[in-house]
Amino acid sequence: MSTDTTDIELISSSQAHTGKGLGTGNPADAFVIQPPRTRTTKTPRRTRTNFEMLAWLFMRLSGVVLVVLILGHLLIMLLLDHGVSKINFAFVAGRWASPFWQGWDLLMLWLAMLHGANGMRTVINDYAEKDSTRLWLKGLMGAATVFTVLLGTLVIFTFDPNI
Amino acid sequence: MPAGTLYRGREGMWSWVAHRVTGVLIFFFLLVHVLDTALVRVSPQAYDSVINTYKTPLVNLMEYGLTAAILFHALNGLRVIAVDFWSKGPKYQKQMLWSVVGLWVVLMAGAFWGILQHTLLTWFGK
Repeated sequence: MSTDTTDIELISSSQAHTGKGLGTGNPADAFVIQPPRTRTTKTPRRTRTNFEMLAWLFMRLSGVVLVVLILGHLLIMLLLDHGVSKINFAFVAGRWASPFWQGWDLLMLWLAMLHGANGMRTVINDYAEKDSTRLWLKGLMGAATVFTVLLGTLVIFTFDPNI
Repeated sequence: MPAGTLYRGREGMWSWVAHRVTGVLIFFFLLVHVLDTALVRVSPQAYDSVINTYKTPLVNLMEYGLTAAILFHALNGLRVIAVDFWSKGPKYQKQMLWSVVGLWVVLMAGAFWGILQHTLLTWFGK
């Protein structure tokens, strides 16, 4: 392989973001691949929040709480006391007569939906390559999430055992 | 085709795939589950008629499958937290995955009768 080094453009350090080199003046720099997180002219000067870090942290914190809430929910609804056989309107009315189970279900609804929505956001970002596809899928998923959270909250707060 | 183009990430990659697949499944179930529960605001009859379909053998089996997905996602999620926050987590991630799988098998075996008792009693009961 022969490369004529005289053809290589020398890049000053202030132009390091162009991807043409590291700006040290060494011609070999042109062959160095920029690290993926290098700031380019398109990178915002500063991001206003640490959204992605907070989302990452939320997944772990909500995850731990959801392990308790959901495994408890499954144990009561599907396993203990005749399993699914016992579930009917009266059983739900009996449980939601207690503020403890109302609070349990409300917290479970909100945490699970937000945890699930953020997970779906990650999956969509990974696999939908077209900008418009990504936007539509996330919009649809976000709308479904908002609708489901609001509906579930409304049902818990307005439940009437004598309907 | 050059050799080695298939990424074979072993335990780390396959647990990540399983975590995604179970997560997406659970998300879609959750949307449906809030809708069916919302029927308690319509009428007791509407709610009970949908819950009765949840007691058929096929859906009962799907409940066992849902439990399997949730239990793996929960246990592997705890493993992910350990990998992220425990200083020796990355070193023991494989051992932790096999512990997750072992615990999952034991707990799923334990949940077999509890979850499927409705169907088993309908078929083989007195």
